[in-house]
Amino acid sequence: MKLFNEPSPLETRIISFRFGLENSASIDTYLAHDGYKALRKALEMTPDDVINEVKASNLRGRGGAGFPTGLKWSFVPRASEKPKYIVVNADESEPGTCKDRLLIQNDPHQLIEGILLGAIAVGAKKGWIYIRGEYNYLIAIMDKAIAEAYKNGFLGKNICGTEFEFDLYTHTGAGAYECGEESALLESLEGKRGVPRIRPPFPAISGAFQSPTLLNNVETFSSVPAILRMGGTAYSDLGVPKSGGTRMVCMSGHVNRPGVYEVPLGFPMMKFVNEIGGGVWKGRQLKAIIPGGSSSPLLRAEECDIPMDYDSIAKAGSMLGSGGLMVMDETTDMVKLALRIMRFYQHESCGWCIPCREGTTWLKKMLQRVTDGHGQARDIDLIGDLAQNMRGRTFCPLGDAAAMPTIAIVKKYRNEFEAYVAKNPFAASELVSIS
Amino acid sequence: MALVNVTINGVSVQAENGALLIEVAKQNGIEIPAFCYYEGMSLQAACRMCLVEVEKAPKLMAGCTLPVAEGMVVRTESEPVVKARKTTLEFLLSNHPLDCPVCDKGGECELQDMTFKYGVGESRFTEAKQHVPEKQWSPVVFYDAPRCILCYRCVRVCNEGMGVGALGVSNRGVYSEIIPSHGDHLECDECGSCIDICPVGSLTSGIYRYKTRPWEMEHVGTVCTHCSNGCKTTLGVRNNEIVRGNNRDRSGINGEFLCVKGRYAFDFNHHPERLQTPLIRNAEGVLEEASWSRALKLVAEKFKALAGPKFGVIGSTRTTNEENYLLQKFARTTLGTANIDHHRSGDVVTLVDSLSGKTGQLGTVEEVYTAKAVLVVATDLSQQHPLLANKVRANFRHHKAAVYAVTPGPVREDKIARKFLRAAEGDSIAAVESLRDELAKAGDLVILFGDSIQGEKVRQLVAFGESLGIPVKYVCLVDYANSRGAMDMGVLPDLGPGYHATAPGLNLQQMLEATDLSALWVVGANPLKGGKTLASKDAFVVVQDLFRTETAERADVVLPAGSAYEKNGTVTNVCGQVQRIKKGIETVGSKADLAIIGLLARGMGVSLGAVDADTIFAEIAATVPGYSQLPMPIILTGGAAQTHPVNGRVPASTVPGNISSARDTLFTTGSLTRYSKILNEVLEKPGALYS
Amino acid sequence: MTFSPELEAKFADLVTHYPEGRQRAALIPMLMFGQDEIGSVTQEMMEELGRRLGLSTMQVDEVVGYYSMLHKKPMGKFHVQVCTNVACMLRGGAELYDHACHKLGLGHKQVSADGRISLEEVECMGACSWAPAIQVNYDFHHEVSTDQLDTILEGLQK
Repeated sequence: MKLFNEPSPLETRIISFRFGLENSASIDTYLAHDGYKALRKALEMTPDDVINEVKASNLRGRGGAGFPTGLKWSFVPRASEKPKYIVVNADESEPGTCKDRLLIQNDPHQLIEGILLGAIAVGAKKGWIYIRGEYNYLIAIMDKAIAEAYKNGFLGKNICGTEFEFDLYTHTGAGAYECGEESALLESLEGKRGVPRIRPPFPAISGAFQSPTLLNNVETFSSVPAILRMGGTAYSDLGVPKSGGTRMVCMSGHVNRPGVYEVPLGFPMMKFVNEIGGGVWKGRQLKAIIPGGSSSPLLRAEECDIPMDYDSIAKAGSMLGSGGLMVMDETTDMVKLALRIMRFYQHESCGWCIPCREGTTWLKKMLQRVTDGHGQARDIDLIGDLAQNMRGRTFCPLGDAAAMPTIAIVKKYRNEFEAYVAKNPFAASELVSIS
Repeated sequence: MALVNVTINGVSVQAENGALLIEVAKQNGIEIPAFCYYEGMSLQAACRMCLVEVEKAPKLMAGCTLPVAEGMVVRTESEPVVKARKTTLEFLLSNHPLDCPVCDKGGECELQDMTFKYGVGESRFTEAKQHVPEKQWSPVVFYDAPRCILCYRCVRVCNEGMGVGALGVSNRGVYSEIIPSHGDHLECDECGSCIDICPVGSLTSGIYRYKTRPWEMEHVGTVCTHCSNGCKTTLGVRNNEIVRGNNRDRSGINGEFLCVKGRYAFDFNHHPERLQTPLIRNAEGVLEEASWSRALKLVAEKFKALAGPKFGVIGSTRTTNEENYLLQKFARTTLGTANIDHHRSGDVVTLVDSLSGKTGQLGTVEEVYTAKAVLVVATDLSQQHPLLANKVRANFRHHKAAVYAVTPGPVREDKIARKFLRAAEGDSIAAVESLRDELAKAGDLVILFGDSIQGEKVRQLVAFGESLGIPVKYVCLVDYANSRGAMDMGVLPDLGPGYHATAPGLNLQQMLEATDLSALWVVGANPLKGGKTLASKDAFVVVQDLFRTETAERADVVLPAGSAYEKNGTVTNVCGQVQRIKKGIETVGSKADLAIIGLLARGMGVSLGAVDADTIFAEIAATVPGYSQLPMPIILTGGAAQTHPVNGRVPASTVPGNISSARDTLFTTGSLTRYSKILNEVLEKPGALYS
Repeated sequence: MTFSPELEAKFADLVTHYPEGRQRAALIPMLMFGQDEIGSVTQEMMEELGRRLGLSTMQVDEVVGYYSMLHKKPMGKFHVQVCTNVACMLRGGAELYDHACHKLGLGHKQVSADGRISLEEVECMGACSWAPAIQVNYDFHHEVSTDQLDTILEGLQK
C-alpha cells in the first residue's frame, strides 16, 4: 500500500517533511528529525506562553470550520474541579479528504507531540484519539507509536523528567460521518449514538465526560510542534494574514497527479492544480473544483483563479473546509454529482432534527428521479428551494453541508438539470408555490 | 434571580436571566410552537419548529434552548420565522402517512393543529413515502413508525418521568425509529405515558384504538379509584361507556401522570361479572337474583330486628367520604353499634397523635416534589405509590433532591438515591437512625413510610424527625383510593369522625373472630379474601359490592354497588388531600352506596335527611375537624386541598396486626383490578415488590 | 459468552482507558473488535457487552443501529467495500461497483451463498487521492482498475 504520493518541489513541507523517510513512523526517525524538541521547549514555558505562540501562528482549525486554534485553546478554563481532557478528531470523513490518515500513518509521533503541547497549554492529563472505524490499520500504527512514547518517557508520568504527566489512548469509531462533528464525536466517545449535543456549553467547558476538553483535528495538533520549534510568527508568515502556515491539501478527481500536498495558505489554486497536480487529465478542460470537501460549494473553472486561504475562498462563495480539493473535467455530469453528494448526506444524517433528516431524504429522492429521467421543470426550483429551507435551520452543520453544494450546483449548472428534464416526455411546467 | 429586559415582537417584557425563551414567550402570552420541547423534560432542539429571529444572531435560533439575556430582541412572527415553520412542517409531512381519517389522534393531534395553524395547505412532495408496518409492543402499546416525528418525548417520559427507560431509538437518519426494551416487545410499567405524550398518532393505546374520535366523547374529570395517591383522571366517555382514561389537561396533583391502573384499569367497570341486580340467598342456600325492592325490604327488616351491640359494620377504602361518614353515623346511631372498622393499611392514627399540637406536618404530594430531601422507609414506592414515586423522581431531576431509601429489598429509588440502605422491616428505624447526620443537613425533609412502621415505631420515627432540627413532614402510606378518608370519617371502632374518641367496639379482626355477631354489613370491602372465615355462623351478612367477592359468597343478601366512576362525592388521598369525584356514567342495575344506605334507612323508617353527596359533605364540613376549612372553590373546580383533621391527642391504641398493607404492585389493587382485563393481560411480574 | 483470550485481555485493558464510572465509553470499540472476531454483532454479544458495561440490551441496540460498520447480520469472510463517493465516482468508482456486482452476482450488503464474500457500496473511506478505492475487510486497495478488481476478487474466491 502506498504510504504517500511523490512529493512536489512546489510544496512547503513543514508537517510532512518526514514523509518518505525510512521508518518515518518510528520514534527513532522522529527523534532524529527534530522530534519532541518542541515538547522540551514547551515544558520550560508557561501554558499562556504556549497558547500565545499558537495564537501568533494564526493557525486555524484544519478539520473544516477553520476556527482560530489559539483562541480555542484559551477557552479551556485554567482552573477546573474536573479533570481536563484532550480529544483528537481523527474521524476524517469529509468526502475528498485523506490527509489525517497520512499524518498518522507517516508521522504518528508528530501528532503525539502536538497533543502533549495542547496538554501543557490547557493542563490536561488524559487524551483520546478518535479514529474512524475504516482506518482500522492506523490504530495499530498509533498504538505502536504511543507505546514507544511511553517507553521513551514522552507519555505517562514524569514526562522528560518533569512533573508533567499525560496518558493517551486510541479509540475507534464505527462508521458515522456525523461523528466528525465535535459534539457528536464526544457522544460517540462516551459510547452513545453519534448525535450532536446542544451547545453551549462548548467542549472547552463541558466536553468529554462532561469535563473541559480541548478538541482539535489531527492536522491541527500535528502543526503545533513546528509552530513551537520555529516560532508562531515565523509559521504564520508562511501563509497569509489571518491564515497562518501551511496545510495539507488533498487533490483528487480528474487530475494527472492526485495526491496530498502541503502548501502554504494562500497558494494559488490553479497553480496547485496545474503545476503540482499536473493539470486536468486526458488533456481535457477544467469544469469545476470542489475546494474543501464535498460540503463546500463548487467553483466554476472561471472562479478558481484564487489563492487557497480561508478568506479568499470564502469570498469566492465557498470554503477551504477540510482541504479536500476535487477537480472535475468538462465531461462531469453535475446532476449526477448533486445526486451523489445528496446520497452521502442522506446516508449520514443522524436523524435528530427534522429539516436535515427529511430534507436530505426528499432531495435524494428528487435528484434520483431527475437523474432517472423523470424530472419535471418545477423540480429544479424545488430542489434549490428545499436546500435553502434546510440551510441554517438544522441542529448541526450537516444540514448546511448538504444544502450548500446543492444550492451551488443548481444555481451554477441549471442548464444541465433542464437538459435532464427536457428529455422527460412527460415533463410539465407548473410550480406549486409555497409562500 | 436577576431580571433582564427582553423584547418579543416589539413588546418589552421582563424575565429571569437565563430562562428559556420559549417559556418566557409563553408566560407573556406568545406561542412559540414546538414538538420536541416539553416542559420539565430534557432539551432536544430537534424539531426546529421553535426557530425564531433574534437580533444580531446570524441565523434563526431555537427558542427552546435559548436562554434570554439582557437586551435580547426577538421576533416570533416575522417573515423568515413564518417561512421556516412552514418549511419545517412541509419536511415533516413529507414522510408522514397523512392517514388522519383513520388515526386515533385525529382531532387532538399536535401535528394536525400545527399544520392547520402554521403550515401550508398544499404539498410539493411527490416522491414515494417510506413505509414500515405497525408493531404491537404490549397489550397496551402499539407503534406506527411512519407516523413518528422522532420528537423523543416518549423516550424521555419513560426514562426521565417514569425512571423506567424502556424506550430507545435505533437506526439512523430517516430510518430512525423508536425501539422497545426487549427487542420486539416492551417490559415496563405499561403506564401508557408514552402514548399520551406522543404528539401524533405514532404510539396508540390497545384499549382505545379505533374505538371513537376525540370529539365524540364526553370528558369527565374525576379521581382514579385504585391506589391511595389520588390521581386526577379524565375519563373519555362514549355511549355510557368509559373508553379512555388520561389527564392531558395536566390538572390536579398528578399533572399528566397516570400509572397503568389510572390509565387503563377502568375496564373493571364494564366487566361481564359486574353485579347488575341484588342477590338473596334462597331456601336452598343459593344466591339468586332478586328485585331491589325485595332485597331492600328484607335487609331493612333484618337490620331493624338485629340492630344493637352485636351488629358489625365494615366500611370501605374506596367508597366516598360521604358514604363512609353516613355509614358510621348510621351504624352508631340507627344500628346502635360501635363495631365498625375497615381494612387499615397504615397507622395514620398514631401519626396524627404523634403530631398533636403541631401544624402543617402532614406532607402533600406537591411537597414530595419540592422538599430538599425525601426519605422513603419500608415501602416499594414505585410499585405501591406510583404518583409519589414519580414526584420523588421529578424532584430529583428538577431540584436535585437528596433521596434516601431504607427498604428491605431493591427499589427503583435506589438509582436516584444519595444513599440507600437495606434493612428488614423490623430494623427500619435503626437504619434510619444511621442517616441522622446527613438528614440533619438536608434543609427540609419529607418522610414516607409503609405499614410496618406502626404503633410505637411511628412515634419513634416522628421523634427522630423532630430531633433533626429541620422542618420535617410525614406521609403515612396507605393502600386505597379512600383509605385515609375512611379513617378521617371515623370508620374505626374507637374513633369517630375527626378521630374523636367514641365508645369502643370490635375491630375488623375481632368482628371476624367473634362467634356471636348478629349481623355483618360489609360495604365495599372483602374481608374474607384469602380464605378467611366468619366465626359467627348465624350472622346475617349483607354485602354491597361491584362483584361477587369471597365475602359476597358468604352473604345472605348482596346489593350491587356503583363504582367510583358512577357517583359524585369526595375522596381523601394518602396525603390527606381531599378531591371531588364526578359521575362519568350512569349505573345499570347497581346503586351508589350512599343511595343504598339512604334506602335502607327509609326502609327501617328512619330519616337521615337528604341523602345526597353535597348535603352529606356539608355535614362533614360542619362537623369533622379539618374538613371545615377546606377551600371549596378549589375542590369544586377539580383541585385538591389538604385536610389536617385533628390537632390534639388521639386516645386510641394501635392493635398489633390489625394494620397491614395488601402489598399491591403496580398491576394490582384489591378486588377491582382482578376484574380488569387489561391489567391481567399486561401483568409483568406478579407480586414483584422489591425486585 | 466469552471471547478469545486475546480479545478478553484487550477488553480488560480497554475499560481502563476511560474515567471511573464511564466504562460505557468502551462500548463501540468492544462492538467493533467483537464483531471482527465473531463476524457480526449477535444478540448474545449485545446482551453480554451490555451486561459488562451496565447497559440494557436496548441501550446497546440503540448504538449498534446507529453505526454503519456494525452489522447484526454476518457479512462474508471477505467484506468487499467499494467507494462510490465523489472522488472515487470521478475516477470510475460507480463503474467499479457495478463491475463487482456483476462479477460476484451480489448486490449491496449481500453475502455469497458460501458466506465467503459480501459486497457493500460504501461512502468515502478516505482514499480520495488514490481513487477509485476499495477495502476488503480493513485492507485498502488504491487506484483499482476493473482488471485489478477481478484479480483481487478471484483471489478471495479461492
